[in-house]
Amino acid sequence: MSEPFALLLTLLVLLTAGWIVTVRERRAAVFGFIAYGLLLALVWIRLAAVDVALTEAAIGGGATGVLLLRVSARLGSIRGMSAPPGLATRWIAGVLCAGVSLALMALVLALPDPAPSLAAAAMEPIGRTGLGNPVTAVLLAYRALDTFLEIIVLLLALIGVWSLGADRFWGGEPAAWRTGPPSPALVFLARVLPPFGIVIAGYLFWIGADEPGGKFQASTILAAMWLLAMMAGLAPPPRTGARGLRAALVAGPLVFLAIGFAGLWWADGFLAYPDAFAKPLIILIEAALAVSIVAALALMVAGPAERLPRR
Amino acid sequence: MMPVPVNDAASLLLVLAVLLPILGLCAMLGLRGLHPERVARVAVPLGVALAVAVLVEVWTGGQALHYTLGDWEPPLGLRLRADGLSAVMLVLSAVIILAAALFSQRQFRTPEGIAGDTRAPFTFWSMLMAMWSALNLVFLGEDLFNFFVALELLTFSAVTLVCLDGRTATLHAALRYLLFALLGSVLYLLGVALIYGRYGVLDIGLLHELVQADPVTLAAVAMMTVGLMAKASLFPLHLWLPPAHAGAPPAASAVLSALVVKAPFFLILRLWFDLLPPLPSPLAGQLLAALGAGAILLCSLVALRQARLKLLIAYSTVAQIGYLFLMFPLAAGPLAFWETIGWTGGVLQLVSHAFAKAAMFLAAGLIAETLGHDRIGEFAGLARRLPVAVAAFALAGLSLMGLPPSGGFNAKLLLLSAAAASGQWWIAAVILAGGMLAAGYVFRVLGAAMADGPAGEAGGPPSPLARQLVVLALALVAVALGFVPLQPFALLGIGREVLP
Repeated sequence: MSEPFALLLTLLVLLTAGWIVTVRERRAAVFGFIAYGLLLALVWIRLAAVDVALTEAAIGGGATGVLLLRVSARLGSIRGMSAPPGLATRWIAGVLCAGVSLALMALVLALPDPAPSLAAAAMEPIGRTGLGNPVTAVLLAYRALDTFLEIIVLLLALIGVWSLGADRFWGGEPAAWRTGPPSPALVFLARVLPPFGIVIAGYLFWIGADEPGGKFQASTILAAMWLLAMMAGLAPPPRTGARGLRAALVAGPLVFLAIGFAGLWWADGFLAYPDAFAKPLIILIEAALAVSIVAALALMVAGPAERLPRR
Repeated sequence: MMPVPVNDAASLLLVLAVLLPILGLCAMLGLRGLHPERVARVAVPLGVALAVAVLVEVWTGGQALHYTLGDWEPPLGLRLRADGLSAVMLVLSAVIILAAALFSQRQFRTPEGIAGDTRAPFTFWSMLMAMWSALNLVFLGEDLFNFFVALELLTFSAVTLVCLDGRTATLHAALRYLLFALLGSVLYLLGVALIYGRYGVLDIGLLHELVQADPVTLAAVAMMTVGLMAKASLFPLHLWLPPAHAGAPPAASAVLSALVVKAPFFLILRLWFDLLPPLPSPLAGQLLAALGAGAILLCSLVALRQARLKLLIAYSTVAQIGYLFLMFPLAAGPLAFWETIGWTGGVLQLVSHAFAKAAMFLAAGLIAETLGHDRIGEFAGLARRLPVAVAAFALAGLSLMGLPPSGGFNAKLLLLSAAAASGQWWIAAVILAGGMLAAGYVFRVLGAAMADGPAGEAGGPPSPLARQLVVLALALVAVALGFVPLQPFALLGIGREVLP
């Protein structure tokens, strides 16, 4: 990628950010945010961080975008709870933000060049994991505890969303998209896209061991396909109390913990893998995590239960 | 050079302390038929036993425990570590959570005859478990990004508990809390990114050997500190706390005020004492202490004017948090910081405030349940109706005011002596004024409760004695802490001098 292109990209990122902050209309801001996520993904590609780019596109642009669109639709014409901030407040906030941004720029320029990095250190013992992608090695081996707990954070967010529903609906179905019959175009897309989505997700999942990609990006695509089917009315959303759904949500963390503790017997400690079986074990953990992530992401967008559970 | 950490059976306790609550959460979420309160009945005693075992192990061994996760040494991998202070914090959390769990067994019980789980009990118990795990990770972690994950766990569980009752007012409070906490997360994460860009490692022990007081490092630590201040609700970033802590269910308020705001403070301590080299200028410590002083004076005054008991207690939390930040200039000097009375006083303030405040919020919960409201103006007759709860409130108040015998008295005396010894008279004046103001708001409640009046008859049935005794026990611990010796403790120094 050439320098003029990088400059253009930077300019576009700044303009989109400005658009999101200043635009009056809620939906327009959300569309701006989705575009912003995709532009940032390009920035990460420019910085040769393809793993981050894929995640930014999937989560920052995709999943968060859908979530915001759903919120925007549900808010309807409701206005803010309190009066919008006055001109003086906005100016103060703007000046403060600009000050922090400028200070950050100065600090980034003050950082040592070349930057100290663990990139080389992360490649050195990678043979022990059987992986080729150092990002996956960081996520599933070196800093596996962080990854494990991030999945728990995702579950907490889901429980938080569920807890906002009414007591009597607990365990029932989320009322996904009941505003009217789905448009024929949506139904068509929901029939055509999922096969492609599943193949792409499977590919991203599998190459994640050696190339950029992995369970998180793959899970987001799968969750998106599922949501598409739900939106088009082709697949009813599951009851939030359904036994299968609950099992899917905890499958990832439990498999992760089981293999982690098994490390006490067959390797050098908790979360250690025996060298000979490291890669299959890591793939097993990733597969189980993918199940939980798909369920958590899709159900989070679907929202809290809004229909009576079947007893 | 640091001793080579060994993963032995004792240090595996640290892993279990972080993961046991998560296992409880998974059991609650995965198996609806188990009923969350029954899972808690197993998980909470086990967790208390783990925390006590860690404390015993650290105390008798006289050195810190280490566990290297997955056998990947830092800087690549992660490590857990328990020194004397962490062990004390683990036990403190376990005891407060045990009290909250005992207090809530009836309130958050799945109704009879329901096969699955129900909303409020499930949310309460699962979030309590997640919060416990997050707290333990904050106290045991050694890696700046690992702390970020712990803070995220803490924020999501705490915010959800704040709006558990689903009223508009509590949703509003929870949303405000979430915005403050996320702002704090962003600032913290920016600081972590700068530290990584500067040194290429995130392990506190390794950073301690590399770190220099250059602009990038100081800016990074400043950003992280401000982010953590927002989460710890240090004045003037405290605006979210009173409505949030006053709106949560009583057991949740107790845990939030006693422990959750202490976790980010604990991280500020780690940054300033364990990561940074001794700063060339005392100005930064003075600034933190000045904010603490602002919290003590202003928020105590605001507490005095509250009409509702839970809001009064919440403002008192903000004021008492202020005392913790007086530690920074008081622990400076020629001695190692853990040997100063300023540092010891600060830690004692943290612990005794946790017990006193948990007791107060639970007492307020009992009062609100019995009367159906918590308006202080209508408390006349309360002392006859709920003598144990009012007594617990009074004993906890003793500690907040800093009257002997109480943990609060010893803590404030140590801080006061440190301020006097180092000639920082303005800090001494603030400590004294804060005690007077605390006496003002505590006696306002007691005076109303002791008066003769109709609250003795009205409202629902009195709470079961067992719940009242839980509250009294917490308050008695706050008082009992007044019998610890007035000097730096060997326990708090364990693992400090060989800081990894």
